[in-house]
Amino acid sequence: MKVPVRRFDAIIVGAGGAGLRAAIQLSEAGLKTAVLSKVFPTRSHTVAAQGGVAASLGNSEEDHWHWHMYDTVKGSDWLGDQDAIEFMCRKANEVVIELEHYGMPFDRLDSGRIYQRPFGGHMSNFGEKPVRRSCAAADRTGHAMLHAMYQRNVKANTQFFIEWMALDLMRDEEGQVLGVTAMEMETGEVTVFQAKATLFATGGSGRIFYSSTNAFINTGDGLGMAARAGIPLEDMEFWQFHPTGVAGAGVLITEGVRGEGGILRNSDGERFMERYAPNAKDLASRDVVSRAMVTEINEGRGCGPARDYVLLDITHLDPKIIMSRLPGIREISIQFAGTDPIKDPIPVVPTCHYQMGGIPTNYSGQVVVPRGSTMNMPVHGFYAAGECACASVHGANRLGTNSLLDLLVFGKSAGESAVEDMKKFPKAHKDIPPDAIDRSLERLVRLDAQRDGADVHETRLAMQRTMQNHCGVFRFADKLREGVARIHEVAQQVGQAGIRDKSRVFNTARLEALELDNLIEVAVATMVSAEARRESRGAHVRDDAPDTPERPNGRDDKNWLKHTLWFKEGNRLDYKSVKLTPLSVPTIELKKRAY
Amino acid sequence: MNAPCEQPVSGINRGRLRWHCRRGLLELDLVFTRFLDRHFDRLDEEQLKVLERLLAHEDQDLWDIISGRGACEQAGLQGLVELLRAT
Repeated sequence: MKVPVRRFDAIIVGAGGAGLRAAIQLSEAGLKTAVLSKVFPTRSHTVAAQGGVAASLGNSEEDHWHWHMYDTVKGSDWLGDQDAIEFMCRKANEVVIELEHYGMPFDRLDSGRIYQRPFGGHMSNFGEKPVRRSCAAADRTGHAMLHAMYQRNVKANTQFFIEWMALDLMRDEEGQVLGVTAMEMETGEVTVFQAKATLFATGGSGRIFYSSTNAFINTGDGLGMAARAGIPLEDMEFWQFHPTGVAGAGVLITEGVRGEGGILRNSDGERFMERYAPNAKDLASRDVVSRAMVTEINEGRGCGPARDYVLLDITHLDPKIIMSRLPGIREISIQFAGTDPIKDPIPVVPTCHYQMGGIPTNYSGQVVVPRGSTMNMPVHGFYAAGECACASVHGANRLGTNSLLDLLVFGKSAGESAVEDMKKFPKAHKDIPPDAIDRSLERLVRLDAQRDGADVHETRLAMQRTMQNHCGVFRFADKLREGVARIHEVAQQVGQAGIRDKSRVFNTARLEALELDNLIEVAVATMVSAEARRESRGAHVRDDAPDTPERPNGRDDKNWLKHTLWFKEGNRLDYKSVKLTPLSVPTIELKKRAY
Repeated sequence: MNAPCEQPVSGINRGRLRWHCRRGLLELDLVFTRFLDRHFDRLDEEQLKVLERLLAHEDQDLWDIISGRGACEQAGLQGLVELLRAT
């Protein structure tokens, strides 16, 4: 089959924050750059980010990148690589000011400087007291960021391929990445995008869980493509959960609701947080609240016909307060829970929010894999940034406002590395081996030929329920073991999933089937990695790894201070050490993570 | 099951519109998914054109319109917004 070929210096897959930032770097260096995206760039999931972007500008009070670095290492529960964390925190001011120059409408102080507000986990003087470090544009930070960077790309002549879905990574025998195959939604035709540099910025994969705050586009396409092409996935057991997502929908109910006096109740109507956190009660930290909720549900005190959620009660609050201080919450509850929170409590469950793991990279944004005696050999021609990548700065748990910073810093550094690497290596594109496109074509042919295949929606639901029930916010050895067996069964079904509508033009059924191929790789990686890690660390909390004096919070540094690598081939796990040596400052020494 | 996507209705492709209901905000994904399941196959050409115009909005503006926090400035969209809200 003859497949058209398009040649670029650089191909970026994904046009959210990381992809757009990387594209600026490449296009402004004069390189012919293409960005492929399933949706229009300003409709990427970055649009949902509200909190802001962290930078130690010190506009309102004294601040320092070293304090920010300390907070990030501590937040990561010491699983973050300290070289990458120093790099990110030191670069923060530069990338935020660049963004300001691109036209980002940051909130401002009377002096004209960028206004900064406090955010959970960000402290001054190595954990002493909260500091104002988050730069925001009202509650539309992500939205404003996408706009500013999209405009900059238009000016820099970045070529956008909108409503194209990348299918597979192309590599040659030496493992060099040569580009991607992609499908144009309007025609259903496949094209080869050949490039000297291929950069993944495909975002997170939160749709592997039944309850997720992620938009439907977050299907881990970059992770699926990487895994199929032999690239391992790093630290996939670490997912951040938010305690209060609307049950059955996933839409976030902000922490502000509990701040205004909202109370969590079980099926007995009991304010159960009083038992788990007698002082902080409903305002305890996210992980404490989430685990308490799951314990209530697991012990049979959940609400509803399936006893699978708890209630967030604000019926005792003055309706005027609800309307004035919690705008939008009533509408969210009516729309997605079918209850008016002024009269009835809101059903909520802990909900998947952010993926800490991803495609392994160094702080230069180069994708790295084990090879010979090194665990971090760059893959020639391959880069990744943003939520799909694992640099690793978030380690076992991400701090709020560090995700927008991550995508700016590593979008830029990945773009810069691609520019520099292209200067070092021969200019011509390498030939694409004839079989490099076979994987994509075979997937499409199978999908068209499949008779009586498993239904895509039902199979996806089976995957999501398996992940939620066996690998959720609070994890149990026996549940994880069962989960590994179950998720492999679901993976078998995915391999035989079929679609009835075989049409070519904007066939959403086909697109969803192709997305499921990616989701399932992430789901298997997550379950297998989580089952194997027999400790609690950050967002990965196991019932059989409790808090003891030798193992604070269940963390086992002697055996588990290491990154997981999951390989699709052979469903194999490997491990690599955490980089505890920063670039210029002393190591931030291990200690118990407590706030 | 999806309606066949091959035949555009007077220039408006139903498959394309269905895809444009995929958004960056989960809130919108959920609202539009319900709407598509219940009403999409019955929309006439005029209603499809209105949907196309509504979908051209930015995500945050669209959610403000649907959640009733922001006014819908374009004439002729209100009927569809009401239907979305009621679904």
